[in-house]
Amino acid sequence: MNSWIILGATSGMARPFIRRLAESGAQLFLAGRRMEELEALAADCRLRGAPKAEVMAFDARDPANYAALIDRFVQEEGTLNAAVFAGSMPEQAQIDATPELIEGVIADSFTGPATFLQMLVPEMETRGAGTVMGIASVAGDRGRLGNYVYGAAKAAFATYLSGLRNRAGRKGVHVITVKPGPVDTPMTQGMKMPFMTTPDAVADDLMRAIEKKRNVVYTARIWQVIMTVIRLIPEPVFKKLSI
Amino acid sequence: MIWTQTDYAGWGRALRASGEVARPESRADLAALSNAPAMGMRRSYGDAALNSGGRAVDMSRFDRLLGFDAETGLLEVEAGARIGDIATAFAPRGWMPAVMPGTGFATVGGCIGQDVHGKNHHNAGSFGQHVAEVTLLQNGVEATATPGSALFEATMGGLGQTGLITCATLQMKRCKGDLMLVTERRANDWDEHLALLDGSTASYTVGWIDATARGADMGRGIVEEGENGAGLMKRRRGAHRVPMDAPHFALAKPVVRAFNWAYFHRVPAHGRTLVRPLEAFFFPLDKIHDWNRLYGQRGFHQFQCVVPLGAAAALKAMLAEIAGSGLASPLAVLKRMGPGRAGYLSFPMEGYTLAIDFPNRTEARVLIKRLEAMTAEAGGRLYFAKDSLAEGAAIRAMYPDLEKWQAEVAKADPQGALATDLVRRLHLRTA
Ligand SMILES: Cc1cc2nc3c(=O)[nH]c(=O)nc-3n(C[C@H](O)[C@H](O)[C@H](O)COP(=O)(O)OP(=O)(O)OC[C@H]3O[C@@H](n4cnc5c(N)ncnc54)[C@H](O)[C@@H]3O)c2cc1C
Repeated sequence: MNSWIILGATSGMARPFIRRLAESGAQLFLAGRRMEELEALAADCRLRGAPKAEVMAFDARDPANYAALIDRFVQEEGTLNAAVFAGSMPEQAQIDATPELIEGVIADSFTGPATFLQMLVPEMETRGAGTVMGIASVAGDRGRLGNYVYGAAKAAFATYLSGLRNRAGRKGVHVITVKPGPVDTPMTQGMKMPFMTTPDAVADDLMRAIEKKRNVVYTARIWQVIMTVIRLIPEPVFKKLSI
Repeated sequence: MIWTQTDYAGWGRALRASGEVARPESRADLAALSNAPAMGMRRSYGDAALNSGGRAVDMSRFDRLLGFDAETGLLEVEAGARIGDIATAFAPRGWMPAVMPGTGFATVGGCIGQDVHGKNHHNAGSFGQHVAEVTLLQNGVEATATPGSALFEATMGGLGQTGLITCATLQMKRCKGDLMLVTERRANDWDEHLALLDGSTASYTVGWIDATARGADMGRGIVEEGENGAGLMKRRRGAHRVPMDAPHFALAKPVVRAFNWAYFHRVPAHGRTLVRPLEAFFFPLDKIHDWNRLYGQRGFHQFQCVVPLGAAAALKAMLAEIAGSGLASPLAVLKRMGPGRAGYLSFPMEGYTLAIDFPNRTEARVLIKRLEAMTAEAGGRLYFAKDSLAEGAAIRAMYPDLEKWQAEVAKADPQGALATDLVRRLHLRTA
């Protein structure tokens, strides 16, 4: 039996991916803050073929309750898998006005998920199988004017995932780093952004990444090219750009 | 709720709109909406789901399955759920939607709003005849409608004018599995084509017609019959996309003629039977995303009419006009409909329906006008899901229950906040 725990399951990007897992017959543990939404999603998943879909109250900023969730999850037999969609992105201007917001952004996007995975992965390693999928961001590839705090948190998470891959891969656990460009979700609604992709297309990419055991995946794929170019721009030039 | 200034279009891309759009995903989002017309996946070709200058509510992400009773086959869903997703999820478990239109992208709300028909209309009736209950949000107040009530009949095929459809309960139909056994036969001319459609006893029957064939070949095509079945078959997920607008010669006359000739002759003269995945039979075009871009920037129109059984000759005359014009595209469908309809403004009537795409060019618009007049003369009807050119007075006269619908709509939306471009263009609520 294949079981997945999804952190941040009510994220707009996650919904079609979670449904693909449900259709594939996986057991689902949907973790997040909005319980009513999680319940509705769980019912949806059961109707689409998930043999089990349970909800869990998860707040990235409250590490005290991680252990209980993990205890419940590891009761499942078979292969354990985890996907992290949790994260938050306040406007950079808001952060400029209230620098204390940084702590929350880092907790939601990096320290929370990393702590959770650090507690879960040993059990996955013991079983010698499973996939960890972490959603980082193209924003983490270079600190840009518009969202560098969010970008910093995602960069930290991506670096963490890279190390985790190195470690857990030795014991049969595969770690995938996903770097989405703009995706048409409530988080980005109203923003004009280039090469926007959809949660459905992202889900297709993620399922393929799991099947093919990819390490780092950009979605839409064009972002791999774009970010390669953006990373190559020399700092003296880059610091004057507003891209 | 965030309202985003958006440019959007009907599926034919000939009619466009610009205005603020909100896209709710949760119940909390719904509660925060202001009163505006809904749209599903905008698979209606014309302006049924457009509201130029005003606000519109995109329901396509309000799409969860809510509950299913495996005893009765009643499925409760949010209105944005796509009919193809429902079929894919349930067919392996022995249930499918009782009626499905030719695209799986259509949402439940859109299927209700147009009271759509499928390849089984001759024996299953229309979509709304399998709806057990709808939940509407009328200016922020919830209302439910069940079959038999005037509100229900005004909602089925009601173009979203009785309120925002949030949820519906569908009566699903038992099925064997997610495969279709498909028999294809050549019809060599018009008479043979009608005879095959009339004589078909299959659950699902539809004719593809070569609208470029003239003379003795006129009306030739392929009649497809389908029965549901179970078994194992490799399926592919994913789709192709049309990355950009095609140049306008992509569907020029010689290309279409060649395509149609090949499409006709691909079926052997004695016919054949094959096994197809359910989606391939019901939604043949869905594998190519954004295929509407093949018609280029100017877009296209679909003409669809239904005429009474006795008026088949009039339909043949229309086909003669179409074949003579050299304007037809390969997408042309002929089907025999039964009498089933669920609402005051439902399209179906017992008879024959013809649907065909034309590029958005002056000659084509002139031809469509002519076909519309011929439809009226034949006592037939045009379809709001496809229309973008009709005259208000002519099309209103095709819907004898229009006044009953207007009365219900006036009660449901006294301010007229739900009016769409189509409703205004055809003066549906006011004339
Ligand atoms: C390739 C193709 C094949 C097709 N084949 C068929 C066919 O075989 N038979 C057939 O009957 N039709 C067919 N159609 C037409 C299509 O099924 C209808 O236009 C259907 O309404 C599309 O659903 P939608 O979700 O895109 O709705 P939209 O086009 O977005 O909306 C349709 C109408 O419903 C209203 N509406 C939508 N959602 C809601 C809601 N939640 N609450 C209130 N009102 C709402 C809108 O205001 C609008 O008036 C086809 C279309 C295509 C593109």
